[in-house]
Amino acid sequence: MNKTVIPLLSTLLLTTVPVANSADYVIDTKGAHASIQFRIKHLGYSWLTGRFNRFSGHFSYDKNAPEKSSVSVTIDTSSVDSNHAERDKHLRDKDFLWVSKFPEARFVSTAFKPTGDGTASLEGKLTLHGVTKPITIAVEEIGRGPDPWGGYRQGFAGTTRIKLQDFDMIYELGAASREVELVLNIEGIRQ
Amino acid sequence: MDIRNRDSHWGLVSILLHWLSAVVILALFTLGIYMTGLTYYDPWYHQAPHIHKSTGLLLLLLTLVRLAWLGLAGSPLPVANQPPIQVKLATWVHRMMYLLILMIAGSGYLISTAKGDPIQVFDWFSIGSLVSRGEVQSELAGQVHLVLAYALIVVACGHALVALKHHFIDRDSTLARILVPRRRSTQ
Repeated sequence: MNKTVIPLLSTLLLTTVPVANSADYVIDTKGAHASIQFRIKHLGYSWLTGRFNRFSGHFSYDKNAPEKSSVSVTIDTSSVDSNHAERDKHLRDKDFLWVSKFPEARFVSTAFKPTGDGTASLEGKLTLHGVTKPITIAVEEIGRGPDPWGGYRQGFAGTTRIKLQDFDMIYELGAASREVELVLNIEGIRQ
Repeated sequence: MDIRNRDSHWGLVSILLHWLSAVVILALFTLGIYMTGLTYYDPWYHQAPHIHKSTGLLLLLLTLVRLAWLGLAGSPLPVANQPPIQVKLATWVHRMMYLLILMIAGSGYLISTAKGDPIQVFDWFSIGSLVSRGEVQSELAGQVHLVLAYALIVVACGHALVALKHHFIDRDSTLARILVPRRRSTQ
C-alpha cells in the first residue's frame, strides 16, 4: 500500500469503529425538519416572530440513558429573518446581532436532566453577540422511529427565554421587549 | 425667458431642475443621516424613512427627466479661455454626479425591496421589487448607498467650490448662467 492509502484507511476505521451506546444524530437542517424561531413582544401589544434560516448541529441521545445526551448547534446569525428586509438589516446591525463581528451563535449543552413524561431540562452555554451565558431549555420529546426512507429519526421541541441585556444587546425596545423567547424544533437523523 | 438651453446660457427648465436636485439631494443626505440614528420610540422612526424613500425615488424620476431634457435641449458650450483639460474634467465630474445620483437611488431602492416588498412613494403610488435576493442584497446595497452618498456630497462640494472659483477668480459666467435665466438672444 502506498503512503496515501494508509492514512485514508485508518481515518475510515477511526470514524466508523466506535459504536456508541447513545446514538448520534445530525439535525435535519438539509430537509428543513428543524427550526430556530424567536418571538419578542412588540410594544407589549403583540408578538413579533422571526427565525434563523441557517444553522447546523448534532446531538446524541439514548432513550435508555437520556441523562447522557448532549447537543451542539451553530447558528449563522446573518440568516435572521423576520419577514421584513429593513428590520432584518437592523437586526444584523450593531444594535442587535452585529453579524459582521459575531457571524456565529452557538449552543453547547452541559447537562440533560430528564424530568419525566418525555420532558427534560437541557442546560448549556449559549454564545450570542460575543457573550457566553448559561441557559436552560425546557425540552419535550415529540417522537422517534423509522422514517419511510430507511433512516431513523428522533425529534424534540424546546423553549427558553433570554434577556437581551444579558447578551449585551441594549438597544431600547421598551419595557415589554427586554426578553426574547426561543422556540426550537429539532429533528435528528441517526448516523 | 429662454426655456431651452442655448450655446451661451442655460434655459429655465435646466436651471430649475439643477437647483431642485441640489436642494433635494442635500435634504435627502441630511435626513438619511438623521433617520438612521433615531431610536425606536421616536415619533419620526417610521415617518422619516418613509419620506426619505419617497423623496429619493422621486429624485430618481426627476433625474431621468433631467437627463432626457439634457439630451433634448443640449447644454451650453463651456465658457471661453479655459484649458481643454479643465473642460474635459468638468464634463466627467458632471457625468459622475449624474451616475452617483442614479446609483445612490438604485442602491437605496435595492435595500428596501430586498425581500420582495414594494416601496410606497408617499400615498401616491408604489414601486415594486425587481430583485429580491434577501440579506446579501440589502447589506451590500446598504453599504453602497452610504459610501456613494458621502462621495456625492464630497464631489458636490467640490463642484460648488469650483463654481465659486469661476465666479470670483476667473470672473466668467459659469455660475451666473446656472443661477439666472437670460432674456432671449442676449449675450
